[in-house]
Amino acid sequence: MSGRRVMAIVRKELRDYRRNRNTVVTMALIPAIFLVQPLVAILSLPASASVPLSHKHELLYMLAIPALVPSVIAAASIVTERERGTLEPVLTTPIRREEFLLAKALASLVPSVVISYAVYGIFVGVIELTAHAGVAPALLHVPEVIAQLIFTPLIASFSIWVGIAISTRVSDVRAAQQLSVLGNLPLVALTTLISQNVVHPALGLALGLGATLLVIDRLGWRIVSAMFDRERLITGTR
Amino acid sequence: MSSTAALAPSAKKAAALSVHGLGKRFGDRAAFADVSFEIGYGEVFGFLGPNGAGKTTTVRTLGTLLAPTAGSATVAGIPLAPENGVEIRRRIAIMPELPGLYLRLTVTENLECFADLYDVPDPRGRIERALRAVNLSDRADDACGALSKGLRQRVALARALLSEPEVLFLDEPTSGLDPVATRDVHELITELGRSGVTIFLTTHRLEEAERLCDRVGILNTTLRTVGTPDELRDELFAKTLTVRTLAPLEQPSEVFAGLPAVEGWREDGAGSYVLSVSDPEAAAPALTRALVSASADVLSISESRHSLEDVYLELIRETEGARGAWS
Repeated sequence: MSGRRVMAIVRKELRDYRRNRNTVVTMALIPAIFLVQPLVAILSLPASASVPLSHKHELLYMLAIPALVPSVIAAASIVTERERGTLEPVLTTPIRREEFLLAKALASLVPSVVISYAVYGIFVGVIELTAHAGVAPALLHVPEVIAQLIFTPLIASFSIWVGIAISTRVSDVRAAQQLSVLGNLPLVALTTLISQNVVHPALGLALGLGATLLVIDRLGWRIVSAMFDRERLITGTR
Repeated sequence: MSSTAALAPSAKKAAALSVHGLGKRFGDRAAFADVSFEIGYGEVFGFLGPNGAGKTTTVRTLGTLLAPTAGSATVAGIPLAPENGVEIRRRIAIMPELPGLYLRLTVTENLECFADLYDVPDPRGRIERALRAVNLSDRADDACGALSKGLRQRVALARALLSEPEVLFLDEPTSGLDPVATRDVHELITELGRSGVTIFLTTHRLEEAERLCDRVGILNTTLRTVGTPDELRDELFAKTLTVRTLAPLEQPSEVFAGLPAVEGWREDGAGSYVLSVSDPEAAAPALTRALVSASADVLSISESRHSLEDVYLELIRETEGARGAWS
């Protein structure tokens, strides 16, 4: 494993994102749209709603953000290079597929985590500043904020491996992105069930889910590396 | 094709490329089959063939992007095998037909990325040298998307030079370039060849191959022939002298009979004669003397020289003919 080769791809990707504002805007826009309805609902809550709210976990709904944000760029990561003809020159260098895929995942993870935290921060800030008295303290529970901070990179990594896996197998960017969003729906469904108390959030569940995501994220790298077929990607055959 | 013809005459040590019975199939279709040749270090080797002949697939196979389905090869001294992919790619560079640059990144940023991928020491110095080699130092900070096609091709060439490869594969390096850009690339290839880099050049441009390459191979799924352009001409075409006189000769058979190195003759219009010869330099002086003795008014005596294009077309025609006979 060469850190220099991994960082070469990461730096290249981050430079590319910086100069392609559309990508970053799209990444931020998806969660923003996703949060409009809950934000309106929360801001319209009267102060009297604070007591029943304190027994709910509405903000865990926000864990869906890191599942959705990276799906756009991760799903485009390989197939776009293939379409633009930039994949072949990279694959003719000594880079190993594991290094290449790790670099792609890291390059997707960094902006995804930053945007997810930023969107979460803005959402919480807006509630703190504009919700009716008592609503914000009833909604914001310290353990849930900690869960958001810890689970954001884990969930984003899962979403990234799903996106990259799809990106190595399809030949069209839009199809890859649509499939990637679909692939992440089970995770979105789980966070929704937790936020609605259908699945009761508890420390045991958090630890179990965290450990499972860690294992899946580690396995994801291996599985996607095995799926990465230079020949198919170059020639479109097999 | 004889096996000796495929051996590099200039190979002083182990061949830079040694290919034996190599083939690649995609399902039922053979992209190329039973390809064998050797290329010595420092040789510029031209790989010619029509569209779909398997040239690019051969390059991709030797560059470890595709796995061969038959045969064996050594590339830069390393056996072509999946476990040697990284080591082979360290020693070679491939410039694909499409430059494949990151268009939002500058020229320098593109090269920085590849310098790191090749793990080159002193990347800044290497990038400066590569840019100087392709005359692009003054465009180092330009975004690649702002460059013309010819300049992008030069950036791709600079990228291929970064790792100072032992073997450089150039896949149609002048495809789509204007004459000036083409000339610049030709000059660069000539310089690289002189500096000892082994170059494997695939091209459609026969004059390019004739001008730049020490030897050429002609592929049409199978390798039709390998040799220097002169060897291929001699192999396929009889050498001829063409004589033009002001008036037709009265007794041409008497004039041409018994001349040294002349194997036969035919009339090619009034006052024009084509003589097949084994050695034009031996035949021409004797022929001149015979024409003067016969009081002929000689307009010209010239040696017919077949181009590499003639050789290429003849070989491709033979292949297509053979396929037609089988179908």
